Amino acid sequence: MSNKENYGKPWEGGDKPYESSYGKLMMWFFLITDTLTFSAFLAAYGFSRFKFEDVWPIAEEVFTHFPFLHGEHPLLFVALMTFILIMSSVTMVLAVNFGHKMQKNKVILWLSLTIVGGIMFLGSQAWEWGHFIHGDKGGIETNTEYTIHIAEGEKLSSVYKLMDIDKYSDANENPFQYFALEDLTAEMKEGFDVQNIKSLIEKLEAKPEFNIRKANRIYLSNEESVNYIKENATKIVVGANLVDNEYGHRLFADYFFFITGFHGFHVFSGVVLLIIILINTIKGTYEKRGHYEMVEKVGLYWHFVDLVWVFVFTFFYLV
Amino acid sequence: MSDNQHNGNWWIWKVFWILLGLTTFEVLLGMFKPEFLVNTIFLGTKLLNHVFIILTIIKAAYIVLTFMHLGFEKKSLKWTILLPALVLVPYLLFIILSEGVHAYIVL
Repeated sequence: MSNKENYGKPWEGGDKPYESSYGKLMMWFFLITDTLTFSAFLAAYGFSRFKFEDVWPIAEEVFTHFPFLHGEHPLLFVALMTFILIMSSVTMVLAVNFGHKMQKNKVILWLSLTIVGGIMFLGSQAWEWGHFIHGDKGGIETNTEYTIHIAEGEKLSSVYKLMDIDKYSDANENPFQYFALEDLTAEMKEGFDVQNIKSLIEKLEAKPEFNIRKANRIYLSNEESVNYIKENATKIVVGANLVDNEYGHRLFADYFFFITGFHGFHVFSGVVLLIIILINTIKGTYEKRGHYEMVEKVGLYWHFVDLVWVFVFTFFYLV
Repeated sequence: MSDNQHNGNWWIWKVFWILLGLTTFEVLLGMFKPEFLVNTIFLGTKLLNHVFIILTIIKAAYIVLTFMHLGFEKKSLKWTILLPALVLVPYLLFIILSEGVHAYIVL
């Protein structure tokens, strides 16, 4: 390192053309491959979205809730998640920075705060997933494979409101929770589906202020809605999983689980790595080694996780 | 090369405020959706989406160049990392997204 003049110029085969350590270089190479992986996921999402442009769910209608707040607050919760992740990125840089200055206690402080940020992000994501899986307004699946929604006039309403059902009541009173009942055969489930559609049609005929919005976001009149449902509806879906999705096209849910899940798994791995280096810092391993490069390497990974989220945030929630 | 590192922490907070400001701006745009940005169509999509994408790329540049310290590395390292991403990702997006448009038209 010290007798640098003995080496050739960087592009002329000097033996340290990058002036970077082996470990950092390998972390960077790993991050390039990971960049391509995530780009492929987002590109695939874009493909499906372009293909089903007319019926693709609008993110603002899907992610509208904030813990402990009533009403609709689109974007607010993801904005908070983004803030948490940016904040934890900052605490990570600070930890790296104090590592350069060999200030062990400050490294411990900022690393701990980074871990707290990471865990907060994971918790938020768990809430977001829980809400997404549990469902919000409910939807109706049709034999065209698209999901239609209940509306009042030109405004999105909810299946629960139309059917006078308390969303949070248990499986015995809430007919949409029949999947929570044990020992249901496929035929019994189908029976529930048929029964649900039947009572939906009755309610819709009795309440003229309700109508439906088709997947391509065209509102029908009450009469047209009844006919459309009689002709096309197959079952009522509440919540989302890999097969059914109340919010719209089922691919949307698949991509949501896959991309945010893969990112969340990265965050989780990051937290594990951070905990390991925190323990090592406390034990004084890096102090003995004479440098905090390991903190830097994990820092690179952690910032990358933040970087990916910046793109997921834009392409899943904003655009 | 890395004077920044030894001049205290002010630059970290500067980048933090930039990132926070850009994100807040994005969220506000997403909530209020200024009409002329929504109604103007440019290159096949709303102008608003172009604004989002540009802001996102600016944020990404700040994270990579300062937080990940790539801006202060040797030129050779910098381009070894950036070129594959800058070439392959737009290429991938171009072929897959135009394929998506095609699938929309024919299927």
